[in-house]
Amino acid sequence: MSDINTIIKPENLTYKRTEVLSDNDLSYCPGCGHGTVHKLIAEVIEEMDIQDTTIGIAPVGCSVLAYNYLEIDWQQAAHGRAPALATAVKRLMPEKNVFSYQGDGDLAAIGTAETIHACNRGENIVMIFINNGIYGMTGGQMAPTTLPGMPASTCPAGRDVSHDGEPIKISEILAQLPGTCYVTRQSVHTAANVRKTKKALRKAFENQKANKGTSLVEVVSNCNSGWKMTPVKSNEWMEENMFPYYPLGDIKNK
Amino acid sequence: MRELKLMKGNEAVAEAAIRCGVDGYFGYPITPQSEIMETLMDLRPWESTGMVVLQAESEIASINMVYGGAGCGKRVMTTSSSPGVSLMQEGLTYLAGAELPCVVVNVVRGGPGLGTIQPAQSDYFQTVKGGGHGDYKLITLAPASVQEMADFVEDAFNLAFKYRNPVMILSDGVIGQMMEKVELKEFAPRWTMDYIEENHPWATTGKKKERAKNIITSVQLEASVQEAFNHKLQAKYRAVEENEVLFEEVLCDDAEYIIVAYGSSARICQKSIEIAREKGIKVGMLRPITLYPFPAEQLRKRAEQVKGMLSVEMSAGQMVEDVKLAVECKIPVEHFGRFGGSVHSPGEVVEALEQKLIGG
Repeated sequence: MSDINTIIKPENLTYKRTEVLSDNDLSYCPGCGHGTVHKLIAEVIEEMDIQDTTIGIAPVGCSVLAYNYLEIDWQQAAHGRAPALATAVKRLMPEKNVFSYQGDGDLAAIGTAETIHACNRGENIVMIFINNGIYGMTGGQMAPTTLPGMPASTCPAGRDVSHDGEPIKISEILAQLPGTCYVTRQSVHTAANVRKTKKALRKAFENQKANKGTSLVEVVSNCNSGWKMTPVKSNEWMEENMFPYYPLGDIKNK
Repeated sequence: MRELKLMKGNEAVAEAAIRCGVDGYFGYPITPQSEIMETLMDLRPWESTGMVVLQAESEIASINMVYGGAGCGKRVMTTSSSPGVSLMQEGLTYLAGAELPCVVVNVVRGGPGLGTIQPAQSDYFQTVKGGGHGDYKLITLAPASVQEMADFVEDAFNLAFKYRNPVMILSDGVIGQMMEKVELKEFAPRWTMDYIEENHPWATTGKKKERAKNIITSVQLEASVQEAFNHKLQAKYRAVEENEVLFEEVLCDDAEYIIVAYGSSARICQKSIEIAREKGIKVGMLRPITLYPFPAEQLRKRAEQVKGMLSVEMSAGQMVEDVKLAVECKIPVEHFGRFGGSVHSPGEVVEALEQKLIGG
């Protein structure tokens, strides 16, 4: 058998980790989708050669420390306010690439006003929206996106829609606004879906380069810790329960 | 060349912002300061200096736009009045926690709640004692004329960037609405990106190969790290207290009584001093120009000389607490002020002085 070192040559490499990802250990739970989405954003930034012109806006929630994982300049926002930060960064430096990275509590509950008005103004930014139907970081409370009947620590018997209303389909709402050019819902639980999400992210950043308005990429993701399931089980549960309510695919593509 | 104009205080803020090279203004309408954004929209600085002016969906959005712009090393500001500034308190503590320079103007009106659109000085505590959560300070300038409304914009930006700290211009409905002659400065160019990258290497202008990434954040999950950061903030505040105290004294040297007043109250009290001196009462005035840092040392010095001090403010008594702390019970300190949108007359101040301190 040949020595492994004779095989590891640049011409034989078909995959390598992008240098836009840092060496830091991820703070996310094993099995969570955040890490995959981070990697995809990093790859898109590298492939578009925009590492030195990209500014990320991190939210409050599990991805509050997203700035530890991508080697770009970052600002960390107050809960829900990332689109307001992104608005100013882009308006003051229109030549830069700006994206916000937010969860469902951040984007669709406390930050609803900032989200809707940034989209309505057609801010020329990318919004990346991780929807796992729960507040992950604070320990599994009900989110605006928690499914009917789905248990969470603040609705232990399951979401009662007569009490809490139906989960909000924020992407469909945002797609109604003239300022959005691209609204899509993807997932990262299979290799095929990972590829589709990467394509969607690339398209969103290309839209920004073309000054087309706001692009929103929702990624329906699992929260195996918050849902109290194994990673595999959580992905099955997501397919069976989340996707019927939050169907994957482009909602708007202008 | 001197350029003189008759302007409202609010208009002067807008004009001065454009002229000193501000990069961005983000605001939301509220009386009595709406002329600031209206003037900016009328002057269209995006066509001349390139300044961005944007009407946000709320004061919460405005202050967070300020955070985003400040994080890029840009000179950005917002303006509002009391209820709107209450909404900004979250943003202000984040700005202080992320050590971001910016300027916020509060044209104070009467409260609490929606209150009145008439002038007041009842946001003193909110401004100098915190307002938002955590141990932080806002450097606070209190203009007493339309000229100072104009001049303090640039002064505030200089302080903000010197200390990487938000600066509040604490004005009031009188100063915002009244018209006075103003000498305007010449137009200064906005900072270039090269200038920002060289002078503010912490700014998020895009990560260059030769430097580590820049992160603007106020989160420190480790208590020991947060405590060390707070010590750093406190050291900064001590330096501000050491170096940046500003005040004006009027007829203090022979005074037996001192009126302490800022902003429009100080303007009113100038007349009160005249009236009192005509009556033979030797009274002077100390006007704090910086409310934080507070001119405590000068007040302490004057306490050796005078029989009492009267803190005159359009509030139920806020700055009076800082005056009392400054003089350490050496002399009597009283408060007088109309509030809730009412403005005291010079005569009422003299009466209060006579009744509360001199004894009638």
